[in-house]
Amino acid sequence: MKVSHKVVLHFPPVVVEQPVVYHLARDYELAFNILKAQISPQEDGLMVIELSGEDSDFQRASDYLAKQGIRVQPLQQDIRRNDERCVHCGACVGVCPSEALVLERPSMQVIFRAEDCVACGECVPTCPVRAMELHF
Amino acid sequence: MAKTLEEINQKIRRGQVVVVTAEEMVDVVAEKGPKKAAQEIDVVTTGTFGAMCSSGMMMNLGHSKPRIKLGGGQVLLNRVPAYAGLAAVDVYLGATALPDEDPRNAVFPGEFRYGGAHVIEDLVAGRQVLLEATTYGTDCYPRRSISTWVTLKEINEAYLFNPRNSYQNYNVAVNRSDRTIYTYMGALKARLGSANYCSAGQLSPLLNDPVYRTAGIGTRIFLGGGIGYVAWQGTQHSPAVKRNEKGVPMGGAGTLAVAGDLKQMNPRWLRGASFRGYGTTLMVGLGLPIPVLDEEIAAQTGVSDADIQASVIDYSKTYPNREPDVIARVTYAQLKSGSIEVEGKTIPTTPLSSYPLAREVAGTLKDWIADGKFELTGAVAPIPGPDSGMMVGPMPDHAPDKAE
Repeated sequence: MKVSHKVVLHFPPVVVEQPVVYHLARDYELAFNILKAQISPQEDGLMVIELSGEDSDFQRASDYLAKQGIRVQPLQQDIRRNDERCVHCGACVGVCPSEALVLERPSMQVIFRAEDCVACGECVPTCPVRAMELHF
Repeated sequence: MAKTLEEINQKIRRGQVVVVTAEEMVDVVAEKGPKKAAQEIDVVTTGTFGAMCSSGMMMNLGHSKPRIKLGGGQVLLNRVPAYAGLAAVDVYLGATALPDEDPRNAVFPGEFRYGGAHVIEDLVAGRQVLLEATTYGTDCYPRRSISTWVTLKEINEAYLFNPRNSYQNYNVAVNRSDRTIYTYMGALKARLGSANYCSAGQLSPLLNDPVYRTAGIGTRIFLGGGIGYVAWQGTQHSPAVKRNEKGVPMGGAGTLAVAGDLKQMNPRWLRGASFRGYGTTLMVGLGLPIPVLDEEIAAQTGVSDADIQASVIDYSKTYPNREPDVIARVTYAQLKSGSIEVEGKTIPTTPLSSYPLAREVAGTLKDWIADGKFELTGAVAPIPGPDSGMMVGPMPDHAPDKAE
């Protein structure tokens, strides 16, 4: 069964120098889309990546990543909207590149679809009342 | 047969008033016409929730022992400078004031995370705020510095005194330049990439009261979750702006100065807000109840988003340079559809004021009136209307070193 997951990879410094993404594609036949990468030598690395392929390949790839000491975390857990702070003004909708934040009509409420979020982070400083939270 | 305000208030006291929101009134007038609507409906409630920069709080902090004369000194509230040019412990804090340490746009676009508006929200929410002040001493006010936590409950007065709220219509902002610009209308994408608007449209207070038959000095309103009053015309009040055939202005026109006791307000309706690259402001919930005294008012409160136009203006060059060009006029129905057509381009639209919360303000005011908890007041004096010819003018330009 084909699956597609957006995940956040946390790399310990020594692993940063290995071509992990190359192995995910070549050895596990996963198509990849890198959404964000913060990699510096001698520092912890962070990559937000979308991986698509067969479910069984994805499971084996997850084991490979774990063996490399890379922590894998689903992206959904990292982007949150504080619903008590949100005033549904709509300012975030204008800057969201992946339509994870959309206006529902005719209620004009702002809907947040975490599964479409690519963690670009634009909504965080754009939200006037600081209702969007990014946790990595 | 026209109704009087007193008749309507009597119905409120008896629990027999017929009250609808301005959104519901659109359908009533469309189905039954203004004449029948005027007979059946007593009050129409309006609402808006959006950024209102010309807002602030007037406080009396109470006297210290020994006394201190804050007037003429320097006062900080949670590091945000407040105005101390009044009596000894009278202080005014404006929404856009920023701490001296805030880097502003030094690293562009700045975040402006905490300003006067956030202090106001903190106080209304019951949180402690740090008062720090230094000043000169006098015989009667010998103390020269002070530092103390204060809360809203403990101080004498704290009332919102907002010189400009409830703008009657506003611009639609677009950006013709080649880079994203950061404005009080939000981040605007390059080359007409986005269009931002800021109005509750058919729910908006003054768009339902186009020539200010209701809103005047002394009109009771919903303000910040509590009761407030119109105190004066707002700054930049511009009633003689161009209007459409229904008398609705097609650009920013009238404004209201409003006041209310902060101690009976609610942080749900008063929020400190930060606009990237621009500054801080206070988001305010405000609602005007309109007594349907006659057919004319019924027709005016029946206005729908399709009947209200706004002017599309370029904020990259036209607005900063105070040029008059209007690119196009679009209706709020078009804006709320999600996109508008301008110069052959389809531009996605984004609101900046919250229509869901505007609806909630109008609904809450409707409940207060239906429950007999809120009676309407008439204005004791009007604010200038379109016949006054009043239009906002520019700043005087007589630079001292220029020969004239």
